[in-house]
Amino acid sequence: MKIAVCVKHVPEGTTHARIDPQTKRLDRSGEGAINAFDTHAVEEALKLKEADGGEVLIVSMGPQSAQDSVRKALAMGADSALLISDEGAAGSDLVATTTALAAALEGEEADLVLFGQQSSDSDGAVLWAAVADRLRRPVISQVAELAVSGGKVTGKRQTEFGYDTIEAPLPAVVAVSDAINEPRYPSLKGIMGARSKPQRTVSLSELGIDSGAAGEGGSKTVVQGLNDPPPRGDTVKIEDDGSAAEKIVDYLAERKLV
Amino acid sequence: MATLVFLEHHQGELLKPSLGVLSKAAELDGDVAGVVLGSGVKEVASGAGAYGAGKVYVADRTELERPLPQPRVDALAKLFQEQDFDTVLFAASVLSADVAAGLSARLGAGLNWDLTDLVQENGNLVGKRPALGDSVYVDVGWSAEPRLALIRAGTFEPKQTDGEAEVEEFDVEFEDFSLQATMVEQAHAESEGPSIEDADVIVAGGRGLGSPDNFKLVEELAQALGGAVAATRAVVDAGWYPYATQVGQTGKTVSPKLYVACGISGAIQHKVGMQSAGTIVAINKDPNAPIFEFCDLGVVGDLHEIVPKLTELVRSRKR
Repeated sequence: MKIAVCVKHVPEGTTHARIDPQTKRLDRSGEGAINAFDTHAVEEALKLKEADGGEVLIVSMGPQSAQDSVRKALAMGADSALLISDEGAAGSDLVATTTALAAALEGEEADLVLFGQQSSDSDGAVLWAAVADRLRRPVISQVAELAVSGGKVTGKRQTEFGYDTIEAPLPAVVAVSDAINEPRYPSLKGIMGARSKPQRTVSLSELGIDSGAAGEGGSKTVVQGLNDPPPRGDTVKIEDDGSAAEKIVDYLAERKLV
Repeated sequence: MATLVFLEHHQGELLKPSLGVLSKAAELDGDVAGVVLGSGVKEVASGAGAYGAGKVYVADRTELERPLPQPRVDALAKLFQEQDFDTVLFAASVLSADVAAGLSARLGAGLNWDLTDLVQENGNLVGKRPALGDSVYVDVGWSAEPRLALIRAGTFEPKQTDGEAEVEEFDVEFEDFSLQATMVEQAHAESEGPSIEDADVIVAGGRGLGSPDNFKLVEELAQALGGAVAATRAVVDAGWYPYATQVGQTGKTVSPKLYVACGISGAIQHKVGMQSAGTIVAINKDPNAPIFEFCDLGVVGDLHEIVPKLTELVRSRKR
């Protein structure tokens, strides 16, 4: 079985991330890391491979620095990687990203395409369903328990009303929740071996994508402005020195909450 | 502007978040239609008239009985062939996020998500989206029509009117791939005891409790405060506490007067379910936990020491 896992390179730690007021794009110049939610998808792919054999391909789209995240996934144990990297892809929204990613996945013919549950930088939790539509494949999202057997994938997931169990024939697209597993840390051997694993970088034109369909030009949404968040009452932050319980009670008593 | 609102329903009732979005759409634009997709849903659909829909389009098919997204994308795409809409709004949910994203790909239409407000500015529709852990509010728009938007659940309150909706059925042709995913089982978690949605005080526990046994610390504090117990998705999925107590994106949305978060990091999925609480007290040993960014009183410390002391102090005040 061939499993493709889509991973995103995101700025490290959302507290330090910022949006460039000029370009109104996320500032990606600082340190980046693999989107933590995606490591659960990598882990699940590796587990499936360890159980039934096959290969795990990492697919990403981003600047050259996204190689760092790709290598992290390879160090965890994935077999090869494909990075869509093209200056013309910068600023792509959902529609433009879907077009590029679907074109790359189309050529790979994976039996299973896995996604993490959301991206930590854009809070997007939609890409898999858009890609599945473009690939014309069934999709199961938010999967907390995954099983593959007899050419079928079964996913159990939580919804607003309880738990759904959904089944689909392969090839399929699945997005996993972060409750599905605990991602492994790369071993030293894995880290050492990652560089020598097959890694390809493709441009948009190599994927047959017209420049007008990518980047900001291919996007249908725009960022118009940035504002400060509405003020919320000041946070009082204290460190426990043994009297925290008393301080909490005083705080609640002042507000007539006890 | 012609707006279509995707109306989600469950057990014969239109859902409150969807009706809230419908009310908001009606306020922005008089010409609002709803769409209800399902099996045996004509009656349900007519109820949307009382929340601002002039018309409700209905696809009533057995293929739409289960809450799966792809047949719904087919239905909405078909409706688009027959009717002109420039805007489609969804109240965010597990189902509607996948429907909106699928429709975005099918129509090549721009989708903005996680919006907490929608306004008209100089004749343009603008969405407000909290980003980067809510540290910045982004104004988002669309460069082309149709415009698709997912609204954060619980953002808009439904407003009842005395309107009535005309119900119009439409036909759907399904794509083969859209019917490949099938629902094997739907296990509906039924809640027991008083609902946390009505509680004035909630004490909630997360992974920081360390083990399921430590929920008794949370239960005792809740009892002392006369409140209810809630949990995060992480501990519910780990089987520590029942699903009915889960607060957050796929759980309940609560707004008690007091919310005490014990060992909860404050991930966005949890935050959306409790951020409108009157006063939020957080106890967490990690000083960098996101919850300290949006609580009122943040206590950095070991909950295993603080919570029992707090329980005892609250009890002694009542004696």
